[in-house]
Amino acid sequence: MSKELIRLVNCSMAFDDELVLDNINLYINDSEFLTLLGPSGCGKTTTLRIIGGFTTPTAGEVLFDGVRINDVPPHLRQVNTVFQRYALFPHLNVFENVAFGLRIPKAEEGGDAEGKKKKKVKIPEREIKERVMEMLEVVSLKGFEHRHITELSGGQQQRVAIARALVNRPKVLLLDEPLGALDLRLRKDMQNELKRIQQQMGITFIYVTHDQEEALAMSDTIVVMDQGKIQQIGRPEDIYNEPKNAFVADFIGESNILDGIMHEDYVVEFFNRKFKCLDKGFAPMAPVDVVIRPEDIDIVPEAEGQLKGTVTSVTFKGVHYDTIVDFKGFKWLIQTTDFHPVGETIGIILNPDDIHIMHKSQYSGMFGDYSSYSEEYDEMDDVTLLDEEDEDEEDERHEE
Amino acid sequence: MKNKRAFFVIPYVGWMTLFVVAPIIIVAVYAFTTAGGEFTLDNFSRMGTYASVFLRSFELAIIATLICLLIGYPLAYVMAKEGPRFQRIAMVLIMLPMWMNFLLRTYAWMSLLENNGLINQAFSALGIVDLSNAINGGLNSFCAWLNSGLLEWVNGLLGSDFVLNTARPTDQTFIRMLFTQGAVVLGMVYNYLPFMVLPIYSVLVKMDNSLVEAARDLGANTSCVFRRVIFPLSLPGVLSGVTMVFVPAVSTFAISKMLGGGTQLMLGDLIEMLFMGSAYNPNLGAAISIVMMLIVVICMWVMNRFGEGEEQAVIL
Repeated sequence: MSKELIRLVNCSMAFDDELVLDNINLYINDSEFLTLLGPSGCGKTTTLRIIGGFTTPTAGEVLFDGVRINDVPPHLRQVNTVFQRYALFPHLNVFENVAFGLRIPKAEEGGDAEGKKKKKVKIPEREIKERVMEMLEVVSLKGFEHRHITELSGGQQQRVAIARALVNRPKVLLLDEPLGALDLRLRKDMQNELKRIQQQMGITFIYVTHDQEEALAMSDTIVVMDQGKIQQIGRPEDIYNEPKNAFVADFIGESNILDGIMHEDYVVEFFNRKFKCLDKGFAPMAPVDVVIRPEDIDIVPEAEGQLKGTVTSVTFKGVHYDTIVDFKGFKWLIQTTDFHPVGETIGIILNPDDIHIMHKSQYSGMFGDYSSYSEEYDEMDDVTLLDEEDEDEEDERHEE
Repeated sequence: MKNKRAFFVIPYVGWMTLFVVAPIIIVAVYAFTTAGGEFTLDNFSRMGTYASVFLRSFELAIIATLICLLIGYPLAYVMAKEGPRFQRIAMVLIMLPMWMNFLLRTYAWMSLLENNGLINQAFSALGIVDLSNAINGGLNSFCAWLNSGLLEWVNGLLGSDFVLNTARPTDQTFIRMLFTQGAVVLGMVYNYLPFMVLPIYSVLVKMDNSLVEAARDLGANTSCVFRRVIFPLSLPGVLSGVTMVFVPAVSTFAISKMLGGGTQLMLGDLIEMLFMGSAYNPNLGAAISIVMMLIVVICMWVMNRFGEGEEQAVIL
């Protein structure tokens, strides 16, 4: 069990009366890889900047090791940041960029009681050299120390930015979409690299991204955000398998999301048909959102299926086909390795563990239908505005 | 394609050849000939006579450039940090004097600095003239005391004869400002300040704020961020500002003539005199011009070496 390092308590942030962060509660453990995931404008970067000290929340508290740090300026925090566009110093070479933080005299450790005389200590040149070279080796940039920043590729600049932050031995490394500017191949490499560095250094990484694959691949914990609120916190598996609402289900992976009614424990009705499922604890006859992942659906001959539908489009994706099937006007996405031509009528079978039940939320009906821009979609959109009933305990964190 | 593009450059190249390159060649030819047109190095060998003028020109230009930098950099820095409203207003205020005729501006300074001009009237009304007299008197007696005490002993010891000035005026009815070096420097600063502010401002305003944040993130406090990131990155702007102030300042003649009143002869005045005025000798004037050009080019070259980095703002 690792200990808690950072905690945000009821943090809100407003720019010109526009609420960017709405009452965020979050704690971050020592040595974990935590990802803030969400679409642009969801407040994830603002959250990161609050932890880094670049913005002060308009309300709420930021705690670091149990100490309130709202008013501590960035240069006094034990946190370093890898910026979105790297923000490397163009007038310094690779070595000097990495050494930048080390060359700044620091108040002596131990004399941490405020108000006391702080003696500034300079790190001796030999130690600076050692630490920089060591860090360049960690990020596989040995031999590049005299290069100019402009002579580096995007991936190399990325590594310099990481080395520059890590060489200060921060307790927490903040990464703001650090792989956004790299091409796909390099991104995959850097994902592994980052994960390796995090494990090697054993420090906390707080990673901001809008790329759900990236988040799933690297994180210990994912925080899904939208509209300034935390939608769900959990391990990648939990977030994928047990999304809390339609937004999370749609944002993480592909999902078919249907309206259903929970008849009793383990029995849900949709398309006028009862299905067995594994969920319980809902009020009898409660309206719910039903999530079915496209890869969980089994296609069978028409006669054997629990539901029947017509294939309306097929797209080859390499490993599988994205097959869109029309079930009474509602279009599903099914991912299957078998080819079913357009126009074919097929049946499907849903096993109980393929069906995930979610409470209704403000997002119900906004996602999960694959007949993009069809009339039904718009109608459903209107309906959802009427039932914004429960934005259930979204600030609570899954215990694991 | 390439030929077509070259076509558009022809007017400019023609202009440059006719009005820049050719005149320089003519000046060079003049510099190496006598009035009769024979080759000579005489014009250059006589240069030593004017060393004091060279020295004064460069000294005053350097002082004016430094003052411009000291005033201009903070202003540019504040402008770049403030909102667009402040920027617009500051920009207008900086440019405003430049919309007025140069001679008019300088005449205005003349009448301001005059012995019974506005500033002196204000000074005597505020008692500053009396204060200055009192200070001079105090300084005189202090220097006299030093002369008869400490300095006498030092002089006896070293066999030298240091004497401090004890004749500062104590009966002034005004403070002499016009026709002093200070007035010339003031005129230069006043006229050339915008050329310092604008290039520095344009570099600072374009600077990526995330660099500042990165420096703070790495442990730099405000002054450290400035010393290690903002100032080094603004050097190209500083260099072009310095160039744009220094070069015209070193060769100015109107300012030194009007505000220096002929007591502060500068290179510009000298050259003017040699070409147009009393001491007519265009060959010597051409030689002085060439030497001045060379010194300026060397100064700029050295400065640009200091600015290292590939993005040099001004390469002559």
